[in-house]
Amino acid sequence: MGYPHKPHPKETAVLSKHFGDAEARSYKGWAKRGGYEAWKQAQAMTPAAIIEELKNSGLRGRGGAGFPTGLKWSFMPKEKKKPHYLCVNADESEPGTFKDREIMRWTPHQLLEGTAIAMRAIQAEVGYIYVRGEFTEPFAIMAQALDEAYKAGILGDLKIYLVRGAGAYICGEETALMNSIEGKRGNPRIKPPFPAAAGVFGLPTTINNVETLAAVPHILKNGAAWYKAMCLSNPKSTGTKLFSVCGQVQKPGNYEVTMGFPLKDLIYGMAGGVPRGRTLKACIPGGSSVPILNREETESCLLDYEGCVEKGTMLGSGGVIVFDDSADMVYQIMRLARFYAHESCAQCTQCREGTAWTTKILQRILAGQGKSTDLDLLLDLSENMTGKTICVLSDSCAAPVVSGIKKFRGEFEEYLAGRRRPVVAA
Amino acid sequence: MPDELVSLTIDDVQVSVPKGTLLIEAAKQAGVLVPHYCYHPGLPVAGVCRMCLVDVEKQPKLSIACATQVADGMVVRTQSDQAKKARQSVLEFLLINHPLDCPICDQAGECELQDFVFQEGRAGTRYTEYSKRFNPVEDFGPDVLYVPNRCILCTRCVRFMEDVAKEPVLNVSERGDRAFIGIHPESRLDHPWAGNVVDLCPVGSLLSKDFLHKARAWELDKTASICTGCSQGCNVTLDTREDVVVRVRPRPNLDVNRYFMCDHGRAHYRWMNRGDRIEAPLIRHGGELRATDWDEALDRSREILKGARGAAVALVSPRASTEALFLARRALAAFEWTGAFQVVVGDEAPLAGVPNLALRAERAPNGKGAELLGYTRAYAAAVTAAQSAAVVLVLDDPDAVVKTDGALIYLGTVLPPVAREAAVALPIANVAEEEGTFVNRDGRVQRYFQAKPAPGMARPGWWALGELLPEAERPASAADAFTQLAAAEPAFAGLSYGQLGFAGARTTRGAGAGAGVPA
Repeated sequence: MGYPHKPHPKETAVLSKHFGDAEARSYKGWAKRGGYEAWKQAQAMTPAAIIEELKNSGLRGRGGAGFPTGLKWSFMPKEKKKPHYLCVNADESEPGTFKDREIMRWTPHQLLEGTAIAMRAIQAEVGYIYVRGEFTEPFAIMAQALDEAYKAGILGDLKIYLVRGAGAYICGEETALMNSIEGKRGNPRIKPPFPAAAGVFGLPTTINNVETLAAVPHILKNGAAWYKAMCLSNPKSTGTKLFSVCGQVQKPGNYEVTMGFPLKDLIYGMAGGVPRGRTLKACIPGGSSVPILNREETESCLLDYEGCVEKGTMLGSGGVIVFDDSADMVYQIMRLARFYAHESCAQCTQCREGTAWTTKILQRILAGQGKSTDLDLLLDLSENMTGKTICVLSDSCAAPVVSGIKKFRGEFEEYLAGRRRPVVAA
Repeated sequence: MPDELVSLTIDDVQVSVPKGTLLIEAAKQAGVLVPHYCYHPGLPVAGVCRMCLVDVEKQPKLSIACATQVADGMVVRTQSDQAKKARQSVLEFLLINHPLDCPICDQAGECELQDFVFQEGRAGTRYTEYSKRFNPVEDFGPDVLYVPNRCILCTRCVRFMEDVAKEPVLNVSERGDRAFIGIHPESRLDHPWAGNVVDLCPVGSLLSKDFLHKARAWELDKTASICTGCSQGCNVTLDTREDVVVRVRPRPNLDVNRYFMCDHGRAHYRWMNRGDRIEAPLIRHGGELRATDWDEALDRSREILKGARGAAVALVSPRASTEALFLARRALAAFEWTGAFQVVVGDEAPLAGVPNLALRAERAPNGKGAELLGYTRAYAAAVTAAQSAAVVLVLDDPDAVVKTDGALIYLGTVLPPVAREAAVALPIANVAEEEGTFVNRDGRVQRYFQAKPAPGMARPGWWALGELLPEAERPASAADAFTQLAAAEPAFAGLSYGQLGFAGARTTRGAGAGAGVPA
């Protein structure tokens, strides 16, 4: 549902069905709404059967990369020689994304249930839910829900811990998150080894996004076929997805739609479109790290993994950032670059130096002191920052720069030619 | 069991290396040095500088050679356009905040940033009109300064302190381009092995206060040597400028000290430059010692040995070469012989992350060699025995206090009180001025080489002592002396001076008591 707005008739509320319903937060309230039935069902299933069901459902990771969840679980060692761990990525720090926050705020048991099922599937005895540091309210709600679940005895022997992040964007990267759980600086690790071989504390680990795990109970309860049938476009993208719509729209909020839903209908229909008298200029459909779409691309984009790739962008985290014609794209791109420059963990040279340099060039252009060679320089730096580092933070800084210059070159050139009033941005 | 070998091609050169080898090491075998900063064979892999990006066939992206294991049939290109551009961009990124103050930087001339920029960097920068990151110089510890402006955040120093020294006082502080190497606010970089961070630093960011502005790297001559700081026998390089030792740095030897040396050893070189040396042989005329030439001094010494009978006592330094110790015993072969040495003892300081590597309590680089040749630690007894001995030979043991009724022959570098009682005082070279061998505490025989000339008429100890033997037996070189030693001493049997090379070799026997010395 379109919390905080009224549900839209075109929404498919599965995960968000109980958003806004305070009673659903409690263990009793959740149980009354059919909660933990899937978990009981899972306890009667073998881990392999759960994984098979997930594979059949077509569920793919909702954190950004879209990796098939059942397949990821199947990478864990079959023969258990060491303790297994599950990490739940609730660090949701991607600018423009706020879906996991609502899942935890309104339906903490939905996440706990999915976590429990995943732990059974991968034979983990310990699960860490790594909650973004700034999420004070969701953290308190999760803590209470966990307490209630243990008191109710529903989780059995599973040990689930809440871990609180300290505010670093990079700790949403899976291996940085594991370092952070271990008490180390949140630096991404070089892969291989992949988490299934050596994850948190060097032991086999699976890490899933909050939204991914929240979908798991529904799949077990209603069957893989039911989930797989929720598909409007490409059969490789199934189920529902929460989209956090923000920016210059009339009704920003979370909207849950079936995979393959048109982006145009999400923006204009559900989110009420751009403010009156304005026209849509651009949209970032998957959180700040993915390439920007122009108006034509936005209006023809279908919201699933393949539909976004077709338009040259990515579904990412589902953080839809909308810009109307009043937006200064040069400024917006500078703000994104500045964010990445601030959040770079400083390990890889290209990222540490490149994100900051990119920001300086963009600020220079905005200040009316840009050079004619600056756009080529930005594009070359972006190329040097893409695909060469441990994690993709550096790539994420380059993506909006490259797509921004490609699609809104005119705006850059106006600054360069002195036809726009300079903006001094610190 | 032999390692399973993997064959791969690096820049069209085929190599076979053990399975599990890192690409960057395999490339060395193909004669290719892949440029790198964060990688160091003595530290855990970090993979952060991204300098060693190379093209691996069938891989969609470039791979870092430092973290990629070799695979059979791998085809690697370090010089593809893509790889070269990627590395050039890393160099450009590293330089945007690097001050380029090479003219006043101690690292200039031995700087990996200079080297690789010269090799494959851009001619000019595109980072114009911005100021560079600035942070003031920090005093990290007794001998380490941190110049953050030059730092390229390779984290070698952080990893050394954390994983090798096991005293994690350094970290990366802050993020993004504000990052710098931080030190725990209540700590100093005063670990007994902390000086290694200066060697590990690929640029001039971590500096030795001792070496600060002493010399430019290109003015230095480098000589392979062995540390005289203790009985560990760390392999070192003596850096000399105009025949003055100005710095000691570790020389890799995986069997002894890996890539490291302790701060005690590092600081233990000033004595090699002492100015108060004996520069001419001295012989006694009545109440005083007079300078003379070697011929007269050696004639006098031979006369003393020839004319005397009975007991002889040798008080020697455990810093003397194995060759000198051997010949000193041989020269006294006609006597009832007692040999002893004394050892200075200090604190032991292990390097936690490397097995069997420590600053040893016994500050005696050749104590083991002396023992193998029959010298004992019964020093006080030997001093007592010296009183009634016919001949007392003191070999570079300046602290010796000897009263004797016999004749005292002194060989040394300086003229301590004991030498003033001598019938003959012969000037010899110190460790930096001669070549020879030491035997470390594990019985490893290791060569050191001559770094600078001896002052005046001083000659190597092996030469001076060899001259006391019958003419046919006198060694012509240190190598010759070692050959005699190896032939005579079972503990050294089978060893050849040439084969010892730069890495040394174990003695055939852990212990031996000078059994080969002819009676």
